[in-house]
Amino acid sequence: MWDWDNAIEVFPLILKGLQVTLIATVFGAALSYVLGLIFALLRMSRLGWIRTITYWVVEFIRTTPLVVQLFFLFYFFVPNVLGIRPADPLLVGIIGLGLHYAGYTSEVYRAGIEGVPRGQWEAATALSLPQARVWRAVILPQAIPKVLPALGNYTIAMFKETPLLIVLGGVNEMVNMAKGFGGRQFSYVEAYTEVAAVFLVLSISAALLVQLMERRLGRQRV
Amino acid sequence: MTTAPLAEGSGESSGGEPATHFMVQFDKVVKKFGEQVVLDELDFTVTPGERVTLIGPSGSGKTTILRLLMTLERVTSGHIWVDGDPLSHMWQGGSLVPANEKHLRATRTKIGMVFQQFNLFPNMRVLRNVTEAPMCVLGLSKDEATERARELLEMVGLADKAGAYPSQLSGGQQQRVAIARALAMQPKILLLDEVTSALDPELVADVLNVLRDLAQTTDITMLCVTHEMQFARDISHRVLMFDKGRIVEEAPPEQLFSAPQHDRTKSFLRAVLEAH
Repeated sequence: MWDWDNAIEVFPLILKGLQVTLIATVFGAALSYVLGLIFALLRMSRLGWIRTITYWVVEFIRTTPLVVQLFFLFYFFVPNVLGIRPADPLLVGIIGLGLHYAGYTSEVYRAGIEGVPRGQWEAATALSLPQARVWRAVILPQAIPKVLPALGNYTIAMFKETPLLIVLGGVNEMVNMAKGFGGRQFSYVEAYTEVAAVFLVLSISAALLVQLMERRLGRQRV
Repeated sequence: MTTAPLAEGSGESSGGEPATHFMVQFDKVVKKFGEQVVLDELDFTVTPGERVTLIGPSGSGKTTILRLLMTLERVTSGHIWVDGDPLSHMWQGGSLVPANEKHLRATRTKIGMVFQQFNLFPNMRVLRNVTEAPMCVLGLSKDEATERARELLEMVGLADKAGAYPSQLSGGQQQRVAIARALAMQPKILLLDEVTSALDPELVADVLNVLRDLAQTTDITMLCVTHEMQFARDISHRVLMFDKGRIVEEAPPEQLFSAPQHDRTKSFLRAVLEAH
């Protein structure tokens, strides 16, 4: 049954776990924004083989479970390819989340880029602007603001998936902290309830923020 | 080269160019979209400083000509020459091969285009729309580009809008900025693709007046697709009537508009006059 002493005792631990959760989310999201953009641009490369390879990489990422990817990174990629031994579980978690969500954000970017009217490309061509400049000064500044809400939604989804990092062991995010406390006290209900409450409050706040962003973008006449 | 925004000289003369030199030359140009033949072995030439208006029913290939010149489309066969150089092709080992991206990049700087839908960059202020390409492509310093842009904005009557975003301007104002933006690159050829078609009627006059001024004060070569027959009469040296990818009639405007020879021209002009 609910025990207030337990509830009060576990709360600081949950907040400590929250720090790790937020670190994983922030860095994972940043990685997914950067990698996703790179994937999206490679998908539109002038070279066919680059487009094909990128297509299959993105498909692979999106059609295999995150947990499998985490194990692959943990046992193979990070220790053997990146040469970090033993693989730091939090680092693996961040790379895993970032890479996995890059599969989704790349599609978001692609939709945004394809949403820029063809006339913009034509005007840029008519002015002889070099390709790289067209991307940087004309296309991306129009495409990215439009997709910020969608990126925000994926970030919220990623935030809610951080507890999956528990499989790597040693990532002391909120759920892992709650699990540890529950095991010691033989009472899980307070800890998990509080974890759920923290997720609920933060997710709803973030969702409201995204909504606000959508409304502001809707008002722009660009 | 001068740093003035516009080429010097005025009036009709193209200033000592040899008669054999063409600014634009189409040589048996064919353009197909799939099975549909849009341009059918088209031959025509434009001399330096000449202003040519292309008229004809929609789908007759006029806009395609401008888009081929701007390298937004590639020819199916035939050759296009601009200012003595191949545009659609390039020299390689003494023969002409289809142009690669590098060649297109180098040659298209001679040509500027104004679009029906303006196509200003909405994420840039008006001034930056006009300075972006001169700085990035011609290597002008920020001060030089800004000075040139301000002169051009003055010319199109929008000096006070330099700090505005395109979305804050009317369609007519946006189109005048687009004209300034094209001229900032000091092209030898200016392509005007139905530049007033997307405008409310009361905004058309301002845009046309800017272009009339431009025609009177510079000797820039112009190719113009328009349904504004009075404007075509005012500015052009020659009018080409297109139908089904071919030129059916060409003449100076006063002649073509008052005494068209070809039946297709007569019926087209009647239809246009009724619509207005």
